Amino acid sequence: MTNSTRNRIKDKAFQVFGIFCMLIGLVFLAALLINILSEGLARIDWDFLTSLPSRRASRSGILTAWAGTLWILVLTSLIAFPLGISAGVYLEEYTKKTKMASFLEINIANLAGVPSIIYGLLGLEIFVRQMGMGSSLLAGAMTLSLLVLPIVIVTTRESLKAVPQTVRQGSFALGATKWQTTWLQVLPAAFGGILTGVIMSLSRAVGEAAPLVVVGALAYVPFVPSSPNDEFTVLPIQIFNWTSRPQAEFLVNAAAAIIMLLLITFLLNGIAVYLRNKQQKKIKW
Amino acid sequence: MKLSEKIIEGLLWLAATITILVTIGIIWVLLSGSIPFFQKVSIIEFITGTEWTPLFAKKEFGILPLVAGTFLTTAIAIAVALPLGLTIAIYLNEYAPARLKSTIKPVLEVLATIPTVVYGFFALTVVTPFLQGFIPNLAGFNALSAGIVMGIMIIPMISSLSEDAISAVPKSLREAAYGMGSTRLQTAFKVMVPAASSGIIVSVILAISRAVGETMLVAIAAGQQPRFTLNPLVPIETITTYIVQVSLGDVPHGSLEYRTIFAAGLVLFVFTFALNNLSFWIKKKYQEKYD
Repeated sequence: MTNSTRNRIKDKAFQVFGIFCMLIGLVFLAALLINILSEGLARIDWDFLTSLPSRRASRSGILTAWAGTLWILVLTSLIAFPLGISAGVYLEEYTKKTKMASFLEINIANLAGVPSIIYGLLGLEIFVRQMGMGSSLLAGAMTLSLLVLPIVIVTTRESLKAVPQTVRQGSFALGATKWQTTWLQVLPAAFGGILTGVIMSLSRAVGEAAPLVVVGALAYVPFVPSSPNDEFTVLPIQIFNWTSRPQAEFLVNAAAAIIMLLLITFLLNGIAVYLRNKQQKKIKW
Repeated sequence: MKLSEKIIEGLLWLAATITILVTIGIIWVLLSGSIPFFQKVSIIEFITGTEWTPLFAKKEFGILPLVAGTFLTTAIAIAVALPLGLTIAIYLNEYAPARLKSTIKPVLEVLATIPTVVYGFFALTVVTPFLQGFIPNLAGFNALSAGIVMGIMIIPMISSLSEDAISAVPKSLREAAYGMGSTRLQTAFKVMVPAASSGIIVSVILAISRAVGETMLVAIAAGQQPRFTLNPLVPIETITTYIVQVSLGDVPHGSLEYRTIFAAGLVLFVFTFALNNLSFWIKKKYQEKYD
């Protein structure tokens, strides 16, 4: 066998190995989804979606959990988006290349890498204790807002970066001020990209359990929260709680709740991907 | 400049500086919780002790069992994610037809969007029983199954960041390699991967940092028994799981037990902070510049 045929065989072998590695990932994903669907799908009915939690697995529902998740999503959006988008606009449109700007940038990159449970400790000490919010929806949502803030800021900046300078220059040439340019020209042009990032950050928030456990979200909440000051649970915590029980019936409940959680996550991600593709097709600067 | 313009700029500036307050807040919370703890427990005992039993009658405060648990699950996860993720990155860049690449990438990204409680459920109820078929003395909670599942979870992180790094290598290098008669494999490993090595290393460091901070997966599947061991078959406890365990129990606020979560959090923060900054530093220093 000559050297070159040997090299060709190695080349082919790696190609096969590459396909094999991809298949591992794909088969794992398929196994996970099929397993959860086959375990939990039969458990989902109207009662399951509209019942309060109970000590008996067969009577338990996820009403309080998905109501809590919905509350958290809305509150987190209300807090994190204005804050994150404003910060992104400031960093991209207003700062000059100063030491302060690069410090802010490094700081945000660092925050993005802080484990979510540390944000839980921050929320526990600052929001729950110091600010006296208790283990309320508001405290949970504020904690998650800080957690997703770096994602919102970074995607906002990227979307703003993609808007060409000519748009800004055109606006300035017509006598618009800095803010008029940003608000009336640059932000609308970057809207699609910002929206994508914002939805991505929501999908991250919806799956988080660890920081909320630390903040003190409960596994058992016998009522649907009616104001931001109420105690709460969310789907991932309900799943965690049911998974930790020894009885097999609770595992079925967990699988059913996972289907609902995945539905929300995939829906959010699907919307984000759809928007991104639409955006990429539409705009040719 | 008009006043309203100034006010708006001021508000935007305020939003940006909140990120600094968050960092200060994190450091302050971790330190103010830990300092009273270290007044009762010596730092030497904390970082060298091999027993962690703050919730028992006979209390020991050695963090090493939690560090060992964290290290073990992280090492297993990286042992799975690095070869798979890097191979996928190389395959997609050097071998895969464009259409396959554009369909496979988003599908693999799905792995990164699934909430980690879901992985925990799957590790505990499917992967562990499956592995017990081959390893009969594998405990119901163990680092092996949690580590493997975590590895698959972070594949997209390594594969997409590495792929970006490989794509950033200029085409001319690849063409030169082909021109010399190299196969795709030789081009990949002798030209592209070395040229993209800093980006690949950064992706691995970020993956390690992610694995160290991962919580729900290990809290569900790896157990809650702090143990100073590197045996992947027995229940262990990670730093993150310990914080969850204490949060779920009713430890009185302000007690020494309560403060342990801040000391544990501080250790976790120091690890991830060091890893993240190492990755920034490598990115900045070793990024190859091609013109």
